[in-house]
Amino acid sequence: MNIHEYQGKQVLKQYGVSVPEGHVAFSPEEAVKAAKELGSDVVVVKAQIHAGGRGKAGGVKLAKNLDEVREYAKELLGKVLVTHQTGPEGKEVKRLYIEAGSNIEKEYYLGLVLDRETSLVNLMGSEEGGMDIEEVAANTPERIFYEEIDPVVGLTGFQARRMAFNMNIPAKLVNKAAKLMLGLYQAYVEKDAAIVEINPLVVTGDGQVVALDAKFNFDANALYRHQDIMEMRDYDEEDAKEIEASKYDLSYISLDGNIGCMVNGAGLAMATMDTINYYGGSPANFLDVGGGATAEKVTEAFKIILSDKNVKGIFVNIFGGIMKCDIIAEGVIQAAKEVSLEVPLVVRLEGTNVELGKKLLNESGLNIVAAGTMADGAKQIVELVG
Amino acid sequence: MSVYINKDTKVLVQGITGSTALFHTKQMLEYGTKIVAGVTPGKGGTEVEGVPVFNTVEDAVKATGANVSVIYVPAPFAADAILEAVEAELDMAICITEHIPVLDMVKVKRYMEGKKTRLVGPNCPGVITPDECKIGIMPGYIHKKGHVGVVSRSGTLTYEATHQLSEEGIGQSTAVGIGGDPVNGTNFIDVLKEFNEDEDTYAVVMIGEIGGTAEEEAAEWVKANMTKPVVGFIGGQTAPEGKRMGHAGAIISGGKGTAADKIKAMNAAGIEVADTPSVIGETLIKVIKEKGLYDACKTH
Repeated sequence: MNIHEYQGKQVLKQYGVSVPEGHVAFSPEEAVKAAKELGSDVVVVKAQIHAGGRGKAGGVKLAKNLDEVREYAKELLGKVLVTHQTGPEGKEVKRLYIEAGSNIEKEYYLGLVLDRETSLVNLMGSEEGGMDIEEVAANTPERIFYEEIDPVVGLTGFQARRMAFNMNIPAKLVNKAAKLMLGLYQAYVEKDAAIVEINPLVVTGDGQVVALDAKFNFDANALYRHQDIMEMRDYDEEDAKEIEASKYDLSYISLDGNIGCMVNGAGLAMATMDTINYYGGSPANFLDVGGGATAEKVTEAFKIILSDKNVKGIFVNIFGGIMKCDIIAEGVIQAAKEVSLEVPLVVRLEGTNVELGKKLLNESGLNIVAAGTMADGAKQIVELVG
Repeated sequence: MSVYINKDTKVLVQGITGSTALFHTKQMLEYGTKIVAGVTPGKGGTEVEGVPVFNTVEDAVKATGANVSVIYVPAPFAADAILEAVEAELDMAICITEHIPVLDMVKVKRYMEGKKTRLVGPNCPGVITPDECKIGIMPGYIHKKGHVGVVSRSGTLTYEATHQLSEEGIGQSTAVGIGGDPVNGTNFIDVLKEFNEDEDTYAVVMIGEIGGTAEEEAAEWVKANMTKPVVGFIGGQTAPEGKRMGHAGAIISGGKGTAADKIKAMNAAGIEVADTPSVIGETLIKVIKEKGLYDACKTH
């Protein structure tokens, strides 16, 4: 789960990480009020969307007086920002963050992320701040430094100082930077983050080390123990169908095609998409109903698929392990009745209780095309959708 | 022969009184798996499906000599269950539970360094040696005893591949689901090593998916060490970048972990990769025919 920059900074503050003062605003009036409260000569008006690259896309404005604050707020609110992370459709700006301007001396990069090869959290730092870190990694990998963190002792003081020296932070500010890194790691671990990025981290003219941006992504599996983080979820930033799916514990992702898919197991769901593509079709979604699905869950999954107006046909591909085929069949039948299904439906069942499942579908009187294998099912649905 | 588990494996079920565990305990018993004990704290002294239940893994091991545990404990408590199995010095702990917080697994993995227990999973379908021992949640009937080893990051995709093999009369020595999480106990290379050394395994099917670089590393290992033919498949060839496709591990980030990279690395290691999941079986059969292993692999 992602949160906004201003929320990330609230979290960082709790861990003693220095951030510029600022307030969130939902209207130009609130923006002006926030700027007044800051009492700063220069304020920054920042669009809050769940995507990086906002600066380049024109989502960050420097205002020198209150009139400019109002003007920029008007311009940004409601604007659709297209960055390299939003996709071509972009994201509408609904919140602004009004922040006191900083006297930036130099920009750096700081991040925490899990290294899957070693199964350890790594602190990453670079002198190349304020730019796309993937680009730095591709062009000048020697300019990124890493510290592997042992979960038993956590990030240590000497590691943080070594990182600060490697990043060429001015010697007299190394201790301040190290303290910030320790706070950042504490936040990462205690809030079960998956990724934290501070880009840029800055050294200011008055000798402070400040997090000028904050990008948090949290481990969805650990949210149950972080009520405070869950409350920061912004539903406006997520796909409505994905939100609906998450209520029923379904793993759903919207795609651009017209064949709705319902599959059990993430691997098989991905492979089903691949197979539909292979036969010249285009999937409308990724949907894993999971292992412990009930008939009710399957019904909801079906409704979500059909709420996508692009869907011209549905392919159900089930290989039952935990999931029993008769449960899937019951759910499909119930859903087809409730929503008066009008598009072609191809069902492929295999695995636990398969005979019972097939029998239920045959006796349902519904117009269902039975498929023997995944390839057969994919071919049939691609043909039917045309 | 087989790898990891066989007819003599004595299985302990952690979290045995939960509904999923109960269902699969029955299925495993029906398959012929020797389940000697169950553990649910507070339910010690009771019985489930004729299996004695204990309060702790330690008690269960002392009383029954269990050497492999299978974990169905809910995610918030699953990491602790793994630690308990490790502390009791079991040979192996197979964790079925999905949605365990990643940082819990980071600690577990660190704790396991230098310890005796091998962890398979979490978020995996389990391990099966056909006709001898089934541990996990896979449907037993799709498997057939034989000589092809199967290792996979995905549960249902493993069933898909195994089913195709069995339908063609190609049995399996052992099928190992290593799970779809970014931090797991056993990786491709661990299992490939076992298959390479196992006299009864003649060829291997390896099923990967997008995200991470485990398949690339495995391909390198195969190139340098593997003496048996390997065929593969990679799920998520058409997945969009940056989206998490169900498995926490299945995400392409910053252009790394793409299916194209993995397939390239596998091909370079002499691993033939199936175009679609429907032809994994066919691809294997083609390769073992070329190597003159078909008759030896065909079970009747």
